[in-house]
Amino acid sequence: MTPFTQHEGYAVALLQPNIDTDAIIPSREMTSVGKRGLADGLFAGWRYLAGQGRTPNPDFALNQLDDVSILIAGPNFGCGSSREHAVWALVEFGVRAVIAPSFGAIFRNNCVRNGVLPISLPESSVQALAQSVDSARADDCIIRIDLPKRQLSTATGMALAFELPHSDHNMLVNGLDAIGLTQQHSADIAAFMQKDAEVRRWAQLSRSAISR
Amino acid sequence: MSQSLFDKIWDQHQVKTLEDGSSLVLIDRIFLHERTGAVALESLHDAGREVLRPDTAFCTMDHIVDTLPGRSDDTRMPSGKAFIQATRQATQAANIRLFDLNDPQQGIVHVISPELGIAQPGLTLVCPDSHTCTQGALGALAWGIGSSEAEHALATQTLRLIKPKSMRVNVNGTLPAGITAKDLILHLIGRYGAAGARGHVVEFAGPGIRALDLEARMTLCNMAVEFSAFSGIIAPDEKTIAYLKGRPYAPSGDMWTQAESAWRELYSDPDAVFDSEIELDCSALSASVTWGTSPEHATTVNGCAPDPQQHARDEQHRAAMQRALSYMAIAPNQPLRELNIDAAFIGSCTNSRLSDLRAAADVLRGRKVADGVRAICVPGSMSVKRAAEAEGLDAVFRAAGFEWREAGCSMCFFAGGESMGYRERVMSTTNRNFESRQGPETRTHLASPATVAASAVFGRIAEAAEL
Ligand code: SF4
Repeated sequence: MTPFTQHEGYAVALLQPNIDTDAIIPSREMTSVGKRGLADGLFAGWRYLAGQGRTPNPDFALNQLDDVSILIAGPNFGCGSSREHAVWALVEFGVRAVIAPSFGAIFRNNCVRNGVLPISLPESSVQALAQSVDSARADDCIIRIDLPKRQLSTATGMALAFELPHSDHNMLVNGLDAIGLTQQHSADIAAFMQKDAEVRRWAQLSRSAISR
Repeated sequence: MSQSLFDKIWDQHQVKTLEDGSSLVLIDRIFLHERTGAVALESLHDAGREVLRPDTAFCTMDHIVDTLPGRSDDTRMPSGKAFIQATRQATQAANIRLFDLNDPQQGIVHVISPELGIAQPGLTLVCPDSHTCTQGALGALAWGIGSSEAEHALATQTLRLIKPKSMRVNVNGTLPAGITAKDLILHLIGRYGAAGARGHVVEFAGPGIRALDLEARMTLCNMAVEFSAFSGIIAPDEKTIAYLKGRPYAPSGDMWTQAESAWRELYSDPDAVFDSEIELDCSALSASVTWGTSPEHATTVNGCAPDPQQHARDEQHRAAMQRALSYMAIAPNQPLRELNIDAAFIGSCTNSRLSDLRAAADVLRGRKVADGVRAICVPGSMSVKRAAEAEGLDAVFRAAGFEWREAGCSMCFFAGGESMGYRERVMSTTNRNFESRQGPETRTHLASPATVAASAVFGRIAEAAEL
């Protein structure tokens, strides 16, 4: 996974509350078994004009600026379905960070697992950020994020600090693979399971004993 | 020290705390489905990793398979066949029990897991599906995860978690006749908002909950995620124990005795502390329905759509309301009963169990679906389907003009295959009324099975009490 340290990029705002993962990547766009080939379907219901194939909808924020890598979003962004495709599509599209007052919990975890930085800020700060990138000049839409310092700043001179749980910070900054990290604790897990198998014998499944 | 139900389960599963402030939590059961199962298993395999304990993992075909009679791998969802076949191969290679297309136990994951006794009180259970919280109805700590986390659970039998906060929703009183758990959960989310339980494990407790049967409890916990909860959970009681007895994957013999005594310890101590608590009296509730595009847009069937000018908290809320109303083609203050419907859907992991089908059939018996309304019933599992047929419910649905389907998620969500029509207004027993959830720009109204059945009969939004 690509480590996340400093990042500078263009930001757009999509402030409506409760943008769900169906909107981020509609089910009908998830046509391959793998994790790739999803960027085209990102926000497909809004990004393209209805009934006109892939004709971009000029009113949709993501179509108004090139090379967007930061989203500024409303409360409860990424709620709904657990589909990790929402994050895979964002990653493939080039998004590295999402700034919102709050996130859908599974979506937030999925971001961290895929190197996307979820930044939670108070609603007033998010709105101020959105205003600062609401500009016809692309250069005004740049946001700079420094994860080790947990700070971000805008081209227009705003500077904000943010917080992130230590576990997420660690994983993102070092681009760590969670499974590999956990496997370093394999011995402890095995010992725990062994003890558990005695204490909660009822909870163990033994295949042969199960009537099919 | 006094503990909540959630604290007790957490402590029994916490392998260790990690330097970074998270905990390694033991996972007892992992359930996959064909929409994301193959991706997780293949990606695990590509990384050179193995499923640590295949005996604890299960997989079903529910999301993509067709629900039309005579179905095969050739589903109507574009490229659906590839998902189905990849899932079959990957589960076989990993030695994971798959409830395949023609398996008599096949069905929607959150319907079959309790039905087969795979979900049990005190277990941790995860599935890459957000409605895994449904299974908290049995007293399991069950929650939805992403695909990467599913890989993590499969490879290590654990997940890394920061302990979620806890909330208790105390439900007092008893539901009036004909008013269901669906009406209750919609009312709760309508009142406290779609983010009302953000990040909390929500324990539903109190006399109003104890009075519910297990299937109703599943309906309630199903929509905990629509309340933004980490999960929902209900303490096991005699009803839970009776429900599980004799189920195929439930403990038996000596193990059953052990399990029973362990399960009886699973309750919140009288002075357990929660991060937040909500009190709710359910004795005056009436039939609920949603008017907008978020589950929090809920009101009563005999109510009206809101007026953004009057009812909005602030500018942003006003804009969201306005947007939802215009998407749904509803005027401010419009009585919901005025709205004619194009379709009625009874199914999904929220409301597709035998008791749900009975409630709908009670409304439909001797009646007909209104002209021009397309009505579909999709049992949640093949077992539900067989049980319903054994008591003649299929005949009731068919005689009323409903399609009677094979088990699966079906038109709960639109994936490019079968769907409701463009901009159609649908009364639905599902859990999400998001834009285009059931088809291109469809307008979904969520309600209970009885309310959906009554609406199908009237051809407009209606409640069973009107009949
Ligand atoms: S029935 Fe609907 S909500 Fe439930 S698991 Fe299937 S698609 Fe998801």
